[in-house]
Amino acid sequence: MSILVPGTDNPWKARIAFLAFAGGLLALPGLLGSPGDVRQWAEWLCYAMVAVGLDVAWGYGGMLALGQGLFFGLGAYAMGMHLSLEQVPDGSLPSFMSLYSDYTELPALWRPFQSFWASAAVAVLLPMVIAGLLGLLVFKRRIRGPFFAILTQATAVIFALVLIGNLKLTAGFNGLTGFTTIFGRNKYAPGTNRWLFQIAAVGLLVVLAVAMKVVRSRYGKLLVATRDSEDRVRFLGYDPALVKTVGFMIAAGMAGLAGAVAAPVFGIVSPGQFDYLPSILMVCWVAVGGRGTLWGAVLGALVVNWIRVTVSSSRPDDWLYLQGLLFVVVLAFMPGGVAGALRSWWAWLASAVAGRLGTRRTAMAPAVEPLGETA
Amino acid sequence: MKPVLEVCGVSVDFDGFRALDGVDLSVARGELRFLIGPNGAGKTTLVDCVTGLTRPTAGEVRFEGRSIDRLSEHQRVRTGIGRSFQTPTVFDSLTVVENLDLAESFRRSPLTMFLRRRRVTDGVATTLERVGLSAVADRPAGALSHGQKQWLEIGMLLVQGPKLLLLDEPVAGMSPQERLDTGALLHELAGGDQTLVVIEHDMAFLRRFARKVTVLHEGKVVSEGTVDEVQADPIVREVYLGRSRDARSGAVPSPVAEPVLEAVTGSIGETG
Ligand SMILES: Nc1ncnc2c1ncn2[C@@H]1O[C@H](COP(=O)(O)OP(=O)(O)O)[C@@H](O)[C@H]1O
Ligand SMILES: [Mg+2]
Repeated sequence: MSILVPGTDNPWKARIAFLAFAGGLLALPGLLGSPGDVRQWAEWLCYAMVAVGLDVAWGYGGMLALGQGLFFGLGAYAMGMHLSLEQVPDGSLPSFMSLYSDYTELPALWRPFQSFWASAAVAVLLPMVIAGLLGLLVFKRRIRGPFFAILTQATAVIFALVLIGNLKLTAGFNGLTGFTTIFGRNKYAPGTNRWLFQIAAVGLLVVLAVAMKVVRSRYGKLLVATRDSEDRVRFLGYDPALVKTVGFMIAAGMAGLAGAVAAPVFGIVSPGQFDYLPSILMVCWVAVGGRGTLWGAVLGALVVNWIRVTVSSSRPDDWLYLQGLLFVVVLAFMPGGVAGALRSWWAWLASAVAGRLGTRRTAMAPAVEPLGETA
Repeated sequence: MKPVLEVCGVSVDFDGFRALDGVDLSVARGELRFLIGPNGAGKTTLVDCVTGLTRPTAGEVRFEGRSIDRLSEHQRVRTGIGRSFQTPTVFDSLTVVENLDLAESFRRSPLTMFLRRRRVTDGVATTLERVGLSAVADRPAGALSHGQKQWLEIGMLLVQGPKLLLLDEPVAGMSPQERLDTGALLHELAGGDQTLVVIEHDMAFLRRFARKVTVLHEGKVVSEGTVDEVQADPIVREVYLGRSRDARSGAVPSPVAEPVLEAVTGSIGETG
C-alpha cells in the first residue's frame, strides 16, 4: 500500500518516524537553552512514558486504569530511596530518618536500595508484580469496566495513605528530598539537567520501542481483540484474563520505569505526586493525545503539560478550568484525540493530492471504509 | 462408533424458566447433525452448554468420553470444540488476515505471541481460499458485508481445526448462492475427521443438505432421525402447526388463515 496511506502496517514508516523523533529529542536541549526548561521537558518525557504504558492498557486493551500513580510512585520511591541513601555515608540512616525515628540502623526495608541496580529492578518489577496480582484477581472474576477503574483508583488512594501513615519509613507527607548528589553528579553542576534530560529521553525511546513491538505483535492484536470482544476471544481458545493482565503489567512496568527516572528530575518524591488526582490526569493526557495510537499518547502528555505550565505561569487560577474545558472539548469533538484529528487531516490531504495528480488511489480513509464491491 | 459428543439429561433453568429439560443427544465422529426447532426451542442454549457459555442446572456433557463440565470456555476450545455465533462476531478493527491468524495462533507458545506476524501462514492462506475471502484479505473486518463476516467467522473456526464444530444458524442472511456454497463446505468437512452440529431454521437448506436431524421443542428433544423420518413425524408437524396457530393469537382457524397453514405443512412435508 502507499506510504501516503495512514494506518497501514508499514514498518519502515514507523522506523523513520521513530528515528526522527529520537533526533528531535537529541536536539531539543540545545534549542531550549535554559537549564530550567530542559529540566521541565525531562519531567514531561517521564510523563510521556507513563502515557505510553497507559495507552497500551487503555487504548489497546480497553482497561481504564485510573491508578497509574501507584506504579509511577512505586518507581519514584524506589529510586528516591536510593538517592536518599546516596546523600549519606554507607550504612547510615537517611537524614529524615534520624529526625523522625529512633532507628539506630537502616531498616530491612531500606537495605536493598543501597544498590542502584536493585533499586532500578524494584522500580520496574514491583509494579509489574502488583499489577499481575491485581489483574488476575480482577479479570479472573470477570470484573469489568467501571469496577476495574474504581479499584485501580482506590489502590492509588491507599498507596498515598500508606506513605503518609508511615512517617518513620517514608518521611510521610513531606516525602523524600534533598538529592544534592545524583548518581555521583552534583545537582547544581552545569550540564546536570541536560544529562537528566538525556536519561529521560533514552527511557522514553526504550518504552516507545517496546510498546511498538508489543502492539504490532500477535499479542498486540490479541489485546485489541480482547478489548473489542472478550467473549469471542474466549471462544478462540484464549483466556482474556491473562491477556488483559499482561497488558496491565506492561503498563505498570513502564510507569515504574518512568517514576525511577522522574525521581532525580523532580528532586522530590512525595505522596501528593502519586495520589488519585495525578492518576486521573494521566488518563486525560492519553485521551487528549489520542488513545489507541502510541504517538498520540506521547503527544498528549507533552502538549497538555506544556499548556499547563504556559498557562499556569501567567494565570495560575485559570488552569484547572482550562484543563477541564480542554478535556471536554476533545472528548466531544475529537474522539480520536489530537492524533486522530491529525490523522484524518493527513488522510484528507493525501487524497486531495492524489486526486490532483490524477492517480486512481482509493482507500484513503484510515478507519472503516464502505465496500465498493462484494467479493 | 463411539460418540464424540454426549449430552446426558441436561437441563437449564433461567430464573425458574426451563430453557432445556433433560436433553439427551449423542453425535458420532464424522457426523453432520442438524438441530432444528421453532424460535425459543433452546437450540442456542444447548450449544451454549456444550461450549461452556451456560452451565447446566442438571446433567452432564461429555466430549470424547470425558466429562467437560468443569472446563472453562477457552479450555473447551483447546480440547477441540469450536463454535460460531448466531450473530457473527469478528474483530472489526483487525484485518481479515489478522482475524484468521489470531484464530490459528491459539496453540502458539506465549513467547512467540510477542513476535510480529511476518507473513500469511499456510493455514491462513488455505482458509482464505476456502472461504473465498482472498480478495479482501487486507481489509478491516468491519468493512465486510454481512455474508462475508459469516464466512470469516466460519474461516476462523476452520483454521483452528477443531474436532467438533457447532454452528449456530450459519446461513441466516446469506444469499442463495452463499447458502449452496456453505452447504457444500459442511459436507466436505463432515466427510473428513470433523464432526459438525448445525443449527438451522431454513427448511429448503435442510432438505438439501441434512442427513440426520434432531428436533428440539420447548427445551425437549421431540424427534430424531433422517430428514424424511422427521418430516413424517406427527409430533414435529404438530410442533410447527401449533406454533403457527399461536402466531394467530390462538384463534379458531379462519378461512383466511388456511393458506398459511398449508404453506407451513407444505414446507415441512414436501421432500427435496
Ligand atoms: N440468558 C438467558 N436468560 C433468560 N432466558 C434465556 C436466556 N437465554 C435464553 N433464554 C430463553 O431460553 C429460551 C431458549 O432460547 P434459545 O436457546 O436462544 O432458543 P433458540 O436458539 O432455539 O431460538 C428462550 O425462551 C429464551 O428467551
Ligand atoms: Mg438461537
